[in-house]
Amino acid sequence: MKSKPVILCYSRNDITNFVVLMILGFAIIPFIVPTDYWYTSILIPWLCLSLAAIGQQIVMGYAGQLALGAAGFMAAGAFALFNLELRLPFLPFPVALGIAGLIAAAFGIIFGLPSLRVRGIYLMVATLASQFFIIWMIDKFGWFKNYDTSGIITAQDIVIFNKPFTTPFEMYLVIMVVVTVLTIFAINMTRGRTGRNWMAVRDMDLAAESMGISLLKTKLQAFAISAFFCGVAGALFAFTYLKSMEPVAFDIKLSFRILFMVILGGLGTISGAFIGAAFILLFPVVLNTFGNEFFHGMIDATIISSIELVVFGVLIIVFMIYEPLGMAKLWENLKLRIRSKFSNRFGGEQKA
Amino acid sequence: MIRQYFISFTVVLASFLTLVIPVAGAAEETQYFPIASSRVGPYSAMGTGYYGAQIDYLNYINMNGGVNGVMLTWQECETEYNAVKTVECYQRLLEKDGQRIVVFDTLGTPGAYAVINRMAEDEVVLAQYGYGRTDAADGRVWPWVFNAASHYWSQIAVKMKFMAEQEGGIENMNGKKIVHLHIDSAYGREPLPAMRKIAQDWGVELVEISIPPPGLEQQSQWLQVRKEQPDWVTFWGAGSGMNSTGMTNAARVGFPRDRLIYVTFGAAEEDMFPAGDAATGTYAMANALPGDQFPLVNAIKEQVYGAGKGNLADESRIGSVYWNRGLGAAVMWIEAIKNAQEMHGKVGKAVTGAEFRDGYEALNMTNERLEEIGIMGMVAPFAISCENHEGAGKFAMMQWDGDKFVQVTDWEAPLEPAFIRQLVEDSAAKFAQENNITSKQCS
Repeated sequence: MKSKPVILCYSRNDITNFVVLMILGFAIIPFIVPTDYWYTSILIPWLCLSLAAIGQQIVMGYAGQLALGAAGFMAAGAFALFNLELRLPFLPFPVALGIAGLIAAAFGIIFGLPSLRVRGIYLMVATLASQFFIIWMIDKFGWFKNYDTSGIITAQDIVIFNKPFTTPFEMYLVIMVVVTVLTIFAINMTRGRTGRNWMAVRDMDLAAESMGISLLKTKLQAFAISAFFCGVAGALFAFTYLKSMEPVAFDIKLSFRILFMVILGGLGTISGAFIGAAFILLFPVVLNTFGNEFFHGMIDATIISSIELVVFGVLIIVFMIYEPLGMAKLWENLKLRIRSKFSNRFGGEQKA
Repeated sequence: MIRQYFISFTVVLASFLTLVIPVAGAAEETQYFPIASSRVGPYSAMGTGYYGAQIDYLNYINMNGGVNGVMLTWQECETEYNAVKTVECYQRLLEKDGQRIVVFDTLGTPGAYAVINRMAEDEVVLAQYGYGRTDAADGRVWPWVFNAASHYWSQIAVKMKFMAEQEGGIENMNGKKIVHLHIDSAYGREPLPAMRKIAQDWGVELVEISIPPPGLEQQSQWLQVRKEQPDWVTFWGAGSGMNSTGMTNAARVGFPRDRLIYVTFGAAEEDMFPAGDAATGTYAMANALPGDQFPLVNAIKEQVYGAGKGNLADESRIGSVYWNRGLGAAVMWIEAIKNAQEMHGKVGKAVTGAEFRDGYEALNMTNERLEEIGIMGMVAPFAISCENHEGAGKFAMMQWDGDKFVQVTDWEAPLEPAFIRQLVEDSAAKFAQENNITSKQCS
């Protein structure tokens, strides 16, 4: 029934980007990254949080709904997956992951309802409820945690087709596959009718409505898909990075960090989610490593730790002033500049 | 076109390569330690004191010729008392110059839980100095995890014993009411299994009231306390902000401070001073007593701080609760290294995680040994065994007199240590069963 082959929807640029990234992710990184540290502490959390940032991007960057509470949906996804694995062990992992995402999406719809009435900063306050309600619910009812005395439970191993994926590299591969599939899915949606509807609602909801776009459907759809992405991201985050589940790990601070990732990365871009996640997640690590390597023993360690926070804050401000459209825009500009430089130098000769 | 891909490709690759941390270096006779400190944020008083003491002690050992000639090195990483960051720090600190850490100390239950399942595989000892997962005291299920310096279940049992003594015996406890006022996290709930059982046995009514983190808002909870009219309150808080707020609120609702017992992680000078006069009379538990009268504390003060190598910015904190606690933990590391070197015939050489584990398990800190080290009386004498990873299981009660802590009891064990031990073994057995762990045989 497909009227158009899928491949035709993409420009050559898209396909080359895709190929380059796939080769980098599946062929080059496995060869040049030797240490477990890089997989477990950098790549895995980065990919997980990028996925959550895409979720935030959909609801905020595309549909224009100021929502705050991504970490709540992440917790929902993580605990849904834990309980699915525990109580329905016959479910294959990919199916369980999908269902966990759908459960998070159901929460997304419920907490997206206020968006029909309130908007802007008020909506942000309303969506905060998701953050607190979901965490409270998990804490309050022991069933979600299988009545564990301490309240911190161990995540099960990932097993796909009877093969356990437990080493950092194997888990990285699982995440890469999930992130690749979902990112293509997200890019498709944002370019297609769904995304156009979201953007129409974002830019002027009255006009969108008068053109026949259902606000109810569009907004709730954005919330549901956003929560789905966050849920899957949260499940992967708990199962591959934390390996334990504690509701406190999904606190309001994480929601804020995901929000900052989206704003810094660039609203309304999928690549911005990845760039923003890299900045927010990795930069403090780089600063801390740098601080401890170079000033080891020279300056009081307490002061180093505080300076890192100051530097990080200043950098955020600098970036926002220098490029309010986010780091994705900076990256585009950089590419354009390099490209124009090269075409000036060599391009002319080639054509001549 | 191809050139364009090549460019974007090289840019991505280059930015990746610059970030890859080089792993290289020569193996000398050094032993490498991780310092996963928490120096910023609400728990900074804890982190600066505790990890400061560990660094000070490592420095002190180095200044006195190392451990049989093995020099100690360390690398620091800031966790902000955050489980997610602790995982990253653990991975980052795991190996340096080709040498692997042998011990890890998160000084926080959330962080300990986040890394606890990696220990056996990585062959690293998780040394929880009076915090963390309680049922790890069963060494048969948790060979790599220790909570020496006593866990939370023993601590709550000792507190209830203290209450019973104050009330004139267990028979008088019948019908009394205790409020467990705790931070709403795994750490706050950790003592509850033991507490509920004891309360049931004694006929004590237990009321659990939780405070959402970071715990600076406690008005409604204290109004609830006033309504309940309890005989005792066990306060289970974290961070000086929450702990001092607890006492000022107790003063506001008129709850007597000498009926208020603080947990070890609220039992420091930094927790008491901000509350001012409201703190006077509050009871607090110690697994390492404060004070600078101990010979080792003095030696570090003279040698390390005298040479300007001290880690604390404020020298008056030497001998404070958190600093002494960190010292207690660091002493155990070094004693374990000594044991490991002797047990495995590697005197004067660096030891591996497995060897360190054996050395840690063989710790036997008698009063004579403590006296030699110079901390006799600072911690309770203890021994660790293959089965029992808890150590002493003893605590001392202190009372704040408005200026300093005054010790009011000696090192006290729970009334029925066997009962607490049974709880630990049951919980560990449940964990082992759920996770298909075969318990280690302790001959």
